[in-house]
Amino acid sequence: MRELGLILDITRVHLMSRLKQSTVAALGVTFGIGMFIILMGFMTGLNSLLDGLILNRVPHVAIFNDIKPSDHQPIDLTQEFTNSLNVVRSIKPRSTKVRIHNATPIIEYLRNDERVRGVSPQSAAKVFYVSGALQINGLANGIDVREEIRLFNFGDYIVEGDPNNLWRDSKGILLGAGVAAKMSLGLGDRIQLGTIDGGLLPLKIVGIYQSGLREVDDIQSFVNIKTAQQLMGEDKNYLTDINVNLWDTDEAVGMAKRISEQFNLTAIDIETANAQFETGSNVRNLITFVVSITLLLVAGFGIYNILNMFIYEKMNDIAILKATGFSGKDVEKIFLSQALIIGLVGGVAGLILGYSVSVIIDHTPFNTAALPTIETYPVNFNPMYYLIALMFALLATFLAGYLPARKAKWIDPVEIIRGQ
Amino acid sequence: MREIIRTERVSKYFTKPVMFQVLRDISLVINAGEFVSIMGKSGCGKSTLLYVLSTMDTEYNGTLYLNGNQLTGRNAGELARVRNEEIGFVFQFHYLLPEFTVLDNVMLPARKLGKKTVSEIRASALEKLQLLGIEDQANKKANMLSGGQKQRVAIARALINEPKIIMGDEPTGNLDSTNSENVFQIFKQLSRNGDLSLLMVTHDEDLARRTDRIIRMEDGQIVS
Ligand SMILES: Nc1ncnc2c1ncn2[C@@H]1O[C@H](COP(=O)(O)OP(=O)(O)OP(=O)(O)O)[C@@H](O)[C@H]1O
Ligand SMILES: [Mg+2]
Repeated sequence: MRELGLILDITRVHLMSRLKQSTVAALGVTFGIGMFIILMGFMTGLNSLLDGLILNRVPHVAIFNDIKPSDHQPIDLTQEFTNSLNVVRSIKPRSTKVRIHNATPIIEYLRNDERVRGVSPQSAAKVFYVSGALQINGLANGIDVREEIRLFNFGDYIVEGDPNNLWRDSKGILLGAGVAAKMSLGLGDRIQLGTIDGGLLPLKIVGIYQSGLREVDDIQSFVNIKTAQQLMGEDKNYLTDINVNLWDTDEAVGMAKRISEQFNLTAIDIETANAQFETGSNVRNLITFVVSITLLLVAGFGIYNILNMFIYEKMNDIAILKATGFSGKDVEKIFLSQALIIGLVGGVAGLILGYSVSVIIDHTPFNTAALPTIETYPVNFNPMYYLIALMFALLATFLAGYLPARKAKWIDPVEIIRGQ
Repeated sequence: MREIIRTERVSKYFTKPVMFQVLRDISLVINAGEFVSIMGKSGCGKSTLLYVLSTMDTEYNGTLYLNGNQLTGRNAGELARVRNEEIGFVFQFHYLLPEFTVLDNVMLPARKLGKKTVSEIRASALEKLQLLGIEDQANKKANMLSGGQKQRVAIARALINEPKIIMGDEPTGNLDSTNSENVFQIFKQLSRNGDLSLLMVTHDEDLARRTDRIIRMEDGQIVS
């Protein structure tokens, strides 16, 4: 302990006597670490925002009845041809309704599963939006708005009005922002929904929905399930989608598989649905890491250079220390601790710099129609990155200091003293 | 008489730039309390011998003993410890750490030894500085001092761990006659009271004559 104090005292005097160069070296680290923090916080913040934009709304398991040709053909039913190669060409799907048969018991079954956090059934209806002479094709989804809010942050996408009005008012509609803009309609206005079979249903606009995805906002609206069933002229068992949210996303794959086998329905799990987003995030993270490590590498070379210079200038000191009984190891420790102190001071300053800039970015207004819930740039303040950054600063400076310190360790004092 | 340093047939070669024997079968003994000077022509190997005796140079043939213990063959860490504890070294040029204060320079070897607390070390460092008449310079940066003052600081540093022997390679060689005389007087005084041995390389015949014994060297050999 006392030994360490001595070494640190020597280190301190050395660093203070070369304050300018030490500061420059430390600033290199500060810059590298600061950039790492800023890049990491900003990039991952943006990533999770983008992921959230999609993933928050994506059910962990989405169950629906896809239109597709049957895997079983009549020929399969006869014993006669079981051992022959049967070729049936030009198979077309039967035009079944997209309704989910036996939806109610399935929902019941899912709600009783303890892995399930919630189930939100939907009944989608193809409609015309009619206002005056204007008609626009669209899609009205019948939803249980309270479940949608609880499970899929539905409330975040209602930019005007209150989503809860939907279940208070059975004749209400949450209209897509694109539709509303095209038809010059606003909160409180009336709109008529035309059904495929010619009927018209007047509804009151209780909210404006904006997902940020234009192609959605231009056609989508939300109504109560009953209203949607009424639009389709169907009974109260008519449901087209069952969206399931789980406590643990990792269960999604297995569950989707079981459901599709058990109920002969299409069940898409969140992993499959979002595989492409994952790759995107990973690539962005990788780029951030590479850039930051490059910066730190440059800082490391700076430290290496300056420490080499220190040692060159301190040859006499090294010789004196060795002549008066300091071992090679002591000398090595002295220079290594100089590197580490430069790394630590520069690193901590880098964390402060990174944090400060992150805070500024976090408060910079960022308004875009595509992201209705976002007002400032998203920044991730995960302390993990700060820890990684500091470890990295110390590691880089240790490596940069190691070679020069080793050189100092082996300096022969006799050679230096003779050189005078 | 108790012997402090003994060498048995110490030889040393330089291989570069050409093979060349710089020390030839040096066998010598220095006793406790003795003040010995080494003289000889420039290039005869005095400094080289002193580096061997001080344990800084380990590439030689023969055997070196300090205080009856063999030092030849010990590892670098052990030898550093020996230099720290038992040998004080004073160079021709004032070898101090320039950015440290005078007091720090004197204290460092004792702090490395670690046998006393820092405040005890400070007290004894001040005592040594006082002994050498430069206690008023204690808090100055070492590179602010004059040559004579620096050499006295170096002597104070050599004394701090109460070594058995002080070696000096032309410690007065770089000083004017007054300062040279001062430093010599200090050595003389140190050798008079106590067990401390002194070994001093010098070119000054007058100074050498005032020591207890002169070792004369020629071409890497002791001639008398
Ligand atoms: N590293 C080395 N490589 C080769 N030869 C060397 C080396 N160091 C010293 N020598 C040679 O060894 C011889 C002895 O050198 P040394 O320094 O011991 O002489 P010295 O007696 O101390 O001389 P001076 O009185 O001038 O200080 C000299 O001829 C010198 O040139
Ligand atoms: Mg010499």
